[in-house]
Amino acid sequence: MSVFWAICRQHMVLAWRGGHTTLAVAFLFIGVTLMPFGLGPELALLQALAPGLLWVVLIMALLTSLDRLFQADYEDGSLDQMMLMPLPLELVVLGKLLGHYMALVLPLLLAVPLAGLLLNLAPAHLPMLLLAMLAGSPALVLLGGIGASLAVSVRRGGLLTVLLSLPFYVPVMIFGAGASQQALAGEIDETRLAILGLLSLASLLAAPVAIAAALRNAVR
Amino acid sequence: MTENTMAKPQKFFLPNAYPEPAFLKLESLACSRGLRLLFEGVSQTLKAGEALALYGANGSGKTSLLRQIAGFLPLAAGTISFGDTPPNAVHFIGHADGLKNALSVGETLALDAALWGAPDTTTDLLPLLGLQNRAWQKVADLSAGQRRRLALAKLCLAPRPLWLLDEPMTALDTAGQELIDTLAGAHLAAGGLIVASSHMPLAFATKELVLGAPA
Repeated sequence: MSVFWAICRQHMVLAWRGGHTTLAVAFLFIGVTLMPFGLGPELALLQALAPGLLWVVLIMALLTSLDRLFQADYEDGSLDQMMLMPLPLELVVLGKLLGHYMALVLPLLLAVPLAGLLLNLAPAHLPMLLLAMLAGSPALVLLGGIGASLAVSVRRGGLLTVLLSLPFYVPVMIFGAGASQQALAGEIDETRLAILGLLSLASLLAAPVAIAAALRNAVR
Repeated sequence: MTENTMAKPQKFFLPNAYPEPAFLKLESLACSRGLRLLFEGVSQTLKAGEALALYGANGSGKTSLLRQIAGFLPLAAGTISFGDTPPNAVHFIGHADGLKNALSVGETLALDAALWGAPDTTTDLLPLLGLQNRAWQKVADLSAGQRRRLALAKLCLAPRPLWLLDEPMTALDTAGQELIDTLAGAHLAAGGLIVASSHMPLAFATKELVLGAPA
């Protein structure tokens, strides 16, 4: 089990030192800051759109980091070593995904309240929005990992990764933004939250297996 | 770096004997990359304490054979059998060293130990690898030979009966080559196996296999 945490820790340290964490958070803020310029300064309009916009920007920020999930390991030979570690590849992959979640998604979620402020979101709206993001974001990382692993052997495969991941993201996006929209009405949307959690759980089961298979294929 | 300050390792990391009597048997192996057949009919048996040197021109399939034994590449034909079951019985050291430029040498060794499920022995490993006083240096700032030495750490951290070394002597100075010979010698004495590709004669090899030139 300590091997699992070592993989997770290594991924976190590298994501932080490589500037991926900073880049993703900066991307989130840049996206949110630009919105009022594009949509006009009407506070009511911004608030009405805020949950959907935040979901879109969150996903975009996450997509910028996806191509580095396995690509660096493929290029420097770490992927070969991952195959030989005293832990099944599926768990090695899960460790990396957990590291990615903690190094990128958690900082992004911490930044969301502040970004929401820029879109005139009231503090009362935040719990529901964050709850929806917490429930849906594991699925984003897990499903994005599938796209990243499929494109791993393609040089400069970032665009391919994004294209491969995007269709998987649509259901999460629909239910996530839908649940967050209810936050504006001050309601807890239990159904959509449950569906988001289900999507995350299902991808938790399927993604490591799919990613490990794609990576085994890539090291040939 | 200062001329060979590397002491002969007093405290050795490798076990005195590997628990499972190891062997490696290759039977009429073939390998194809794309539509091209790299080699076929490669048969070889290694018993405990034997080292196979792979020679052959560039493109003759040395690396591919090593990757087949490691289980990365599918076999076009033939079988490979081990004493212990891979992947956990194998170390593979290839051209891509798997080192992370953003980490320091000390961090790499500490993380390596954790990744291979071994106790942290950084302080003992640094002098053994000839990297003393380099613990704080970033991996990105190491020379090619120093990177190579650092990549060897996992051989000592996690004892495994079969070592697959892809041109292990590349970029190493005399002391570094001696280090490999020392490690290999101790490994073989403990009943380990080695398959190593090389363009120069390997002192520790007990058998050799020359792969044919590409057609």
